[in-house]
Amino acid sequence: MDSTSPEPSLYTVKAVFILDNDGNRLLSKYYDPELYPSMKEQKTFERNVFNKTHKADNEIAFLEGMTIVYKSSIDLFFYVVGSAQENELMLMSVLNCLFDSTSHILRKNVERRCLLENMEGVFLVVDEIIDGGVILESDPQQVLQKVNYRADENPLTEQSVAQVLQSAKEQIKWSILK
Amino acid sequence: MHGLLFSWDFLIRVTVRMCQKRPLPLLTRKYSDVSSVDVDVATGRQFSLRLRGSSFSSVARLRAAFGLICQLRAFKMIKKFDKKDEESGSGSNPFQHLEKSAVLQEARIFNETPINPRRCLHILTKIIYLLNQGEHFGTTEATEAFFAMTRLFQSNDQTLRRMCYLTIKEMANISEDVIIVTSSLTKDMTGKEDVYRGPAIRALCRITDTTMLQAIERYMKQAIVDKVPSVSSSALVSSLHMVKMSYDVVKRWVNEAQEAASSDNIMVQYHALGLLYHLRKNDRLAVTKMLNKFTKSGLKSPFAYCMLIRIASKLLDETEGGHDSPLFDFIESCLRNKNEMVVYEAASAIVHMPNCTARELAPAVSVLQLFCSSPKAALRYAAVRTLNKVAMKHPSAVTACNLDLENLITDSNRSIATLAITTLLKTGSESSVDRLMKQISSFVSEISDEFKVVVVQAISALCQKYPRKHSVMMNFLSNMLRDDGGFEYKRAIVDCIISIIEENPESKETGLAHLCEFIEDCEHTVLATKILHLMGKEGPRTPQPSKYIRFIFNRVVLESEAVRAAAVSALAKFGAQNDDLLPSVLVLLQRCMMDSDDEVRDRATFYMNVLQQKQKALNAAYIFNGLSVSIPGLEKSLHQYTLEPSEKPFDMKTVPLATAPITEQKTEIAPVATSKLPEKLAPSRQDIYQEQLAAIPEFQGLGPLFKSSEPVQLTEAETEYVVRCIKHTFAGHMVFQFDCTNTLNDQLLQKVVVQMEPSEAYEVVHCVPAPSLPYSQPGSCYTLIRLPDDDPTAVSCTFSCTMKYLVRDCDPNTGEPDDDGYDDEYVLEDLEVTVADHIQKVLKPNFGAAWEEVGDEFEKEETFALASVRTLDEAVGNIINFLGMQPCERSDKVPENKNSHILFLAGVFRGGHDVLVRARLALADGVTMQVTVRSGDENVVDVILASVG
Repeated sequence: MDSTSPEPSLYTVKAVFILDNDGNRLLSKYYDPELYPSMKEQKTFERNVFNKTHKADNEIAFLEGMTIVYKSSIDLFFYVVGSAQENELMLMSVLNCLFDSTSHILRKNVERRCLLENMEGVFLVVDEIIDGGVILESDPQQVLQKVNYRADENPLTEQSVAQVLQSAKEQIKWSILK
Repeated sequence: MHGLLFSWDFLIRVTVRMCQKRPLPLLTRKYSDVSSVDVDVATGRQFSLRLRGSSFSSVARLRAAFGLICQLRAFKMIKKFDKKDEESGSGSNPFQHLEKSAVLQEARIFNETPINPRRCLHILTKIIYLLNQGEHFGTTEATEAFFAMTRLFQSNDQTLRRMCYLTIKEMANISEDVIIVTSSLTKDMTGKEDVYRGPAIRALCRITDTTMLQAIERYMKQAIVDKVPSVSSSALVSSLHMVKMSYDVVKRWVNEAQEAASSDNIMVQYHALGLLYHLRKNDRLAVTKMLNKFTKSGLKSPFAYCMLIRIASKLLDETEGGHDSPLFDFIESCLRNKNEMVVYEAASAIVHMPNCTARELAPAVSVLQLFCSSPKAALRYAAVRTLNKVAMKHPSAVTACNLDLENLITDSNRSIATLAITTLLKTGSESSVDRLMKQISSFVSEISDEFKVVVVQAISALCQKYPRKHSVMMNFLSNMLRDDGGFEYKRAIVDCIISIIEENPESKETGLAHLCEFIEDCEHTVLATKILHLMGKEGPRTPQPSKYIRFIFNRVVLESEAVRAAAVSALAKFGAQNDDLLPSVLVLLQRCMMDSDDEVRDRATFYMNVLQQKQKALNAAYIFNGLSVSIPGLEKSLHQYTLEPSEKPFDMKTVPLATAPITEQKTEIAPVATSKLPEKLAPSRQDIYQEQLAAIPEFQGLGPLFKSSEPVQLTEAETEYVVRCIKHTFAGHMVFQFDCTNTLNDQLLQKVVVQMEPSEAYEVVHCVPAPSLPYSQPGSCYTLIRLPDDDPTAVSCTFSCTMKYLVRDCDPNTGEPDDDGYDDEYVLEDLEVTVADHIQKVLKPNFGAAWEEVGDEFEKEETFALASVRTLDEAVGNIINFLGMQPCERSDKVPENKNSHILFLAGVFRGGHDVLVRARLALADGVTMQVTVRSGDENVVDVILASVG
């Protein structure tokens, strides 16, 4: 593999996927048609990656000849896969952008349920960050601006939840004081 | 009773908590009554909630309870739900148990008027989610859904429109007639809404084919230079995707891409650079110009910088020029860039350059050293991985980083720790080996197989460097062998142990013992057979061969057919070598003759009969040194034989020989990753030549190809015509294959032949011309000569060669040749045929047995003084090169500090006679050599001795 430098190309990302804490696929995109062409191979790969990475939050791993950078949050795991020769920091910038953008549209609730409820937003975010393996954008601010997605379109509910929380805090304060 | 309405996402959590009935300490103490809350049937997206229990007095209390739960969650006490609850609380995954047919059914509401954006959006999301999960959509159902979806373009809901684009992209390959959305997309891409334009371009290019592309070409050109960055970027990236499909069209957009490259936006810059390079990469001059321009103007985008560095290093690599060019200076200057990504890319590019000097490496190594202490794991990983690569070639350059690497060996990321340790193993001293091995064994079970292989390779390299450490290593390897692991990993360990055994006779017994233990429980057939083969080879020569018999026979009893057959072969070798074991081996083989598998039975019967003859020569020929013919060649000859029935028995000597296997162990310590390559059994070089030559009518009837030489250059590099020659030896003829390349772009050569003037009694029989030789397209012409029959000792000859041809001048741009041409010739360098061209290398695994087999009927011995040679190594190398024979028993390696050595060489002479050479070398003021040659044919012996002298 270490055949000198990689061929200069914009095709940086081989795959992106988000798994839940049981290793199930929530979203995944493969950009290199030669890499794991069948769904079965993809899922086996995801399973392998998950098994090797879910225990320790190590940020980077090397598996099956691929460099994999990852990040987890509560019950979600975000992965970006590149070739062995790829600049790890480039992959990292994609991962960070993906994570930050997702975190923003989920209003910092980066967890499975919230992600599933805003699946369309996450699809759009991934689409804005990577196009066919090429990094389209790596600045979360730009991505959010382009996606222009609102997490929950019922401001009333949002507000009432906030109110409930607020009053709950008050109550606790009172109950402690009693 | 109180009724309350809450948004459902908030309430689900409550439901789950309640169902689980887990103790919620705060809740139960303060608000015990809340536990009786339960959630009722869902209506739409909201849940109604009823409270039971008389002590419940106020809504505020309930709110407080919910607040507490939220707080608890914040404390991560409710981090994970039970799976069971998740299923019962069916709302937790809105996509769980989605039925494709149900979703497609729902998709009918796309046709309702007015469009309900929220519901449609939800259904589109479900469709994409299903596709993403790998659900298969049939063409008809996909097309139906796709057509329904196109109606959604009527809605102006932004997110909905964006999801439509995504659906188009996802369905581009599974639905039919996707091009019907072309006009809608073209409208969006040229419309006023900037949010739509970029994604619309990308979706459009996804469904466009070459013919359609012409129609949107104008829009694409405009989009590339659009002032909105997202539009420009989208157009550039889509163009890049389409280069593969319609290069010619996209090539016309170079000027627009050029303009985009000077954009202020960093991503546009990057994408434009990528597209420009892709369009021009075959034109080195244009790439150089582009590089010069961008390296001077300075880019803003770190991505673009990385791209430039890659282009520059590729260019440097191709030109093979020195490292004093401005390109190298550019890469070096990037080491001082502000962005870590660029700095790392530059350092990595320098490290990967071939033949880089230590001085040129130093700045790159020092930035990597800094990265080693970065808080970012990815950066530390990148740095230590690159340092590991440096250490392979220039261990001394990395020594400066030893301290930093020491700090990384306890890194929590085991990949980093492993790489640090293996790097240290390469750069450190012998004394630190024990400590490092201990450190790594503490976590070897935690790292991935890929890195375990790296560790094994590092150990393998260490064993070569410090042979005295073999006991530590062997211990470590045997422990690793006992752990779980995949095939690649086990194979690396087994290979490593085998190479230690071969390098280091002292470790043979322990090594074999470990391997014996391993095959007792080995699931990989390939490894088991490999080990059995090795045991057959090495086992009989150990002081106590009998102890291996049990291990081998166990395999016969317990394993699959392939392993059983290998075990039988190994057993036979023990019987052949050790007379006192022979009776027991015969008994065991007798049992194997009842085996259920044909191959095992056949082998057992065969060996049984050979062994019962008790003849050394038979043993050597049929047990120790198997067939040395090329397997595809044998197959072809046998096929030929069956096609032409004849009275004559099949003659093994007509079968081409196998080219000698590469015995040298690969010691490269590349961090893994070759496993992805398809493992194809490539036909050997000689088999390919055999095919090519057989296709030429003039060369039929020459018999099988005996040997093909390495190419010999007959011209200087960088001349008008480049010619190299490959010598093909047949039983009574030789064919010279001249591979010619015309490097003049204003000439077309025709009827190219090479005329040869032999110095000896060789006769030129025939020339096959190369009909035409256009610029830079290699072609071959052939010359056939007959070897002299009357004088078998005439093996060497010098030919003076002249290339003759018809020149037709042509236009360098179009390649259109003139009508008439003129004859011309070009003098090539002389070509020599030596004794090595008549001998094919053959590896005899057991040289002693082969030596006995040939016998001393035609043995001759002579002594020579090699005055000009100063070391034994040099002498050994010279002899091997000169005779072109295969060194056996690893005798090509001269142990250090010795002044005598015995070299064993084996080969087959043209005509099929085995020839063996034993050369005793002694060092004293030059090298004295006593050569003993044995062969089945006297002439061969004479030829060899005559040529040596």
